[in-house]
Amino acid sequence: MTNTAISGKGRQAGKSARPGTFSLLLNNTLATAGLIILIAVCLLALAAPVLPLLNPDVTAPANRLLPVFSTGHLLGTDHLGRDLLSRLIWGTRVSLAVGVSATIIAAVFGSMLGLVAGYAGGRTDTVIMRGIDMVMAFPYILLALAIVAVLGPGLLNALYAIALVNIPFFARNIRGITLGLSRREFVDAARLSGKSPAQILFVEILPNVLPVIVITMSTTVGWMILETAGLSFLGLGAQPPQADLGSMLGEGRKILFTAPHVSIVPGVMIFVLVMAINLLGDGVRDILDPRLRAGSLTRPVARTVVLRNPADVPAPSGDENILDVRRLRTEFQIGGTVYHAVGGVDLALRQGECLGIVGESGSGKSLTAMSIMGLVPTPPGRIAGGAAYLEGEDLFAASDRRIRDLRGGSVAYVFQDPLSTLHPLFTVGNQLEEAIRTHQPLSRARTREKAIELLSLVRIPNPKERLTTYPHELSGGMRQRVCIAMALANDARVLIADEPTTALDVTVQSQILTLMNGLRRERNAAILFITHDFGVVSAICDRIAVMYAGRIVETGKTDDILASPQHPYTAKLIECVPVLGEPERRLDAIDGRPPVVNNLPEGCAFADRCPQAQSLCRTGEIELVAAGADRGVRCLFPMNREPSA
Amino acid sequence: MGAYIAKRLLAAIPVLFGLTIIVFLIMAMIPGDPATAILGSYATPENVAKLNRDLGLDKSLPEQYVIWLGNLFQGDLGRSYSLNRPVLDEVLERFSATLILAGTALVLCSVFGLLAGIVSAVRQYGWADKIITLLVLMGISTPSFFLGLLLILVFAVKLRLFPASGMYAIYGGGDLPDLIHHLTLPALTLSVVATGVVARLTRTAMLEVLRQDYIRTARAKGLPEREVIYKHAFKSALVSVVPVIGIQAGFVIGGAVYIETVFQWPGIGSMLVKAIATRDLLLVQGGVLVVAAAYVLFNLLADVVQTLIDPRLR
Repeated sequence: MTNTAISGKGRQAGKSARPGTFSLLLNNTLATAGLIILIAVCLLALAAPVLPLLNPDVTAPANRLLPVFSTGHLLGTDHLGRDLLSRLIWGTRVSLAVGVSATIIAAVFGSMLGLVAGYAGGRTDTVIMRGIDMVMAFPYILLALAIVAVLGPGLLNALYAIALVNIPFFARNIRGITLGLSRREFVDAARLSGKSPAQILFVEILPNVLPVIVITMSTTVGWMILETAGLSFLGLGAQPPQADLGSMLGEGRKILFTAPHVSIVPGVMIFVLVMAINLLGDGVRDILDPRLRAGSLTRPVARTVVLRNPADVPAPSGDENILDVRRLRTEFQIGGTVYHAVGGVDLALRQGECLGIVGESGSGKSLTAMSIMGLVPTPPGRIAGGAAYLEGEDLFAASDRRIRDLRGGSVAYVFQDPLSTLHPLFTVGNQLEEAIRTHQPLSRARTREKAIELLSLVRIPNPKERLTTYPHELSGGMRQRVCIAMALANDARVLIADEPTTALDVTVQSQILTLMNGLRRERNAAILFITHDFGVVSAICDRIAVMYAGRIVETGKTDDILASPQHPYTAKLIECVPVLGEPERRLDAIDGRPPVVNNLPEGCAFADRCPQAQSLCRTGEIELVAAGADRGVRCLFPMNREPSA
Repeated sequence: MGAYIAKRLLAAIPVLFGLTIIVFLIMAMIPGDPATAILGSYATPENVAKLNRDLGLDKSLPEQYVIWLGNLFQGDLGRSYSLNRPVLDEVLERFSATLILAGTALVLCSVFGLLAGIVSAVRQYGWADKIITLLVLMGISTPSFFLGLLLILVFAVKLRLFPASGMYAIYGGGDLPDLIHHLTLPALTLSVVATGVVARLTRTAMLEVLRQDYIRTARAKGLPEREVIYKHAFKSALVSVVPVIGIQAGFVIGGAVYIETVFQWPGIGSMLVKAIATRDLLLVQGGVLVVAAAYVLFNLLADVVQTLIDPRLR
């Protein structure tokens, strides 16, 4: 799906269907809320000495356990009659200070270890990282407890313990990045210029690592506040009369049943503080994570969305066609930009025929094939117009249920890379039997038999044993045979093969082609064969449609086109094929790149790369003009026209 | 497969040894002279020297370690002075209670975390996804000890649905329904953070997997969407979620320290807190060692499960 030429950032145009826009906004709102709360809490904590607060440590037994909203005590008082609001703000101050200090200590020491290990490599790296692994083999909180046990309870000791157990986390993160950086050119250059390792580490590498350190700090500071509060809650952190939020909660717990507000007040504060930090951290991470920004981590739905004008559905072109694609338009919407990946394609496939769709990466050939059964991922893809008829049935109007029955039943696909298209965690037999079971209600034993038959049909030796193997245990050629067997499981009338031989080496490629050709003749199935390789085309296809920038630029019988290509693009593509026995022949890559399909030029899309282009080529709409039986070309100045086919 | 498990078990041995070294070193680094601490500051130098000899503290650190390790292999973790009983007995007794609590929490976090993550991914950007995402964020931001107190207030004090503390009722308890009754609140509290982490990760893993080519293949085969998600996608997502559940085992066992204190659960966590307060260091040592070893084994288990799911790892 990636071979559509999509690049560049588009202008924001109207309403965006990108899932990110609304959600990113929501995320950002939450992140903004987190930031505001965090700043407010920090300011309050910093301003504690100048605020008109009662002394947090003055006890007043007469006023003990006053409820919330008492006069003079907004949040009430605790069991010693101390003002809770004042204690809360002073406690927050302590908790924040301890959490942030622990984060800084962990960041400094962890980053140092990571920098040294990543830069020095070799034995230093091994020793440091083994030590880190050992420490990480402990449950985190337990190690902190053990350290406090040794140092004795106390706020400062709790701080050290929490900082210490977080060092490995920083060390690991920073080491990974340093390792990558230390192999980069600018570090080599610094080394050659005679700088000392310390200079290189601090002057060259550290500035590049700093953002990662900051991000890691922002994700851990919430944890550290929670954990130090936890130790204080257990009575191992802050000791009276000093109080942080955790120890306030710990003290309140003893009178939970009689005066719950004494524990709820500090508890809510910890929650608000940590939640604000997490909201902010998540927001920042979402914005920094490029995968989320590109909307690429969206879940494609089961079937491509069809958004065509119901009043403008083209009729099928003839009865003899088993598959009839009419004026198909498939688009991608990414951000506010619409990419017209397939811009009005007509294809017709007859019984037992093999039609090749040829073009460079990004020409829209795969998308054309995927659109037929609704396999283009939505979002961001959608079918924007046209129709596809399977034996007269409009596929874009069919129900989901009907499409499911047809997929793998009447229309089967073989994809490019058999390693990624077979499920890595299921056996070959399991996947094959599943394909059969989905469309044929056979008994278990019969399904298995059929799976073995299919494997022998595609000439896989020892088919019975192969059923229990996993895809990664097979060679590339064998895997593709399995894929073909799967496509043949239900006697499909149309086989759509999307570059089925591209990932394979040349000998295997020709074996697979021979196999497919044989199966087509045996079973009288129609094949839609997508490829970028004219060499492959000549081996199997009866007819060809050449695609460029989402449109068909030339179509005709394979032999005719190979003998006398009329579109300059076709001619260029044919020139790209190496010919055995002609080592002197120059292989011309086509200069330039295909145009980006969000902003196609007027006139011929190929004009910029075409040696014959004239000014007329860059104006108006250029039609696909018939040039004899089964032949058409979208060019104002076609080549090889003399014999008039 | 058997060979793989054996290999993993062997690889765990050095880690376990590393744990004993760290635990031993932490205890050896305690400031002050234990003999003086035990005998008090008026002890004669001769008595201190004699006690040091008796305790084996006059030997070098490596020698002390070897002796300590030898005792460990014989099941001798020393004697708790505050409880006046062998450390091992106390630790094992307490550990079984922790295992019940942490094990239940781990099951809860796996089930709810996976379910929430799948729903979140399948309904991406829908209301269910937004609500789950917000709940997850709140869950991982709430201090578990505070949540425990709130649950006690609501469900034990106000609604009187569950007991506020303990593992069994004092009178007439002791059977399984009684245990479950006591277990519900602490196990739920303990599972909240881990559930959030697992749900987050499952969501991301599912979204990654649903974009894979083999998912398109499953759809091209004509499989119902239900099977595509719960069979094809879920199995792949599980490969990356299982190790995280293993890591969560560490957080759950560690977090049990708070929960056991809040709910007065007679587990190893509440034992450790008391032992630290009374500076019963041999008890701390034994407890830390057993829990850390259990964590290593939990991770080993997660490794094995992951390998069972993913044939490529074998």
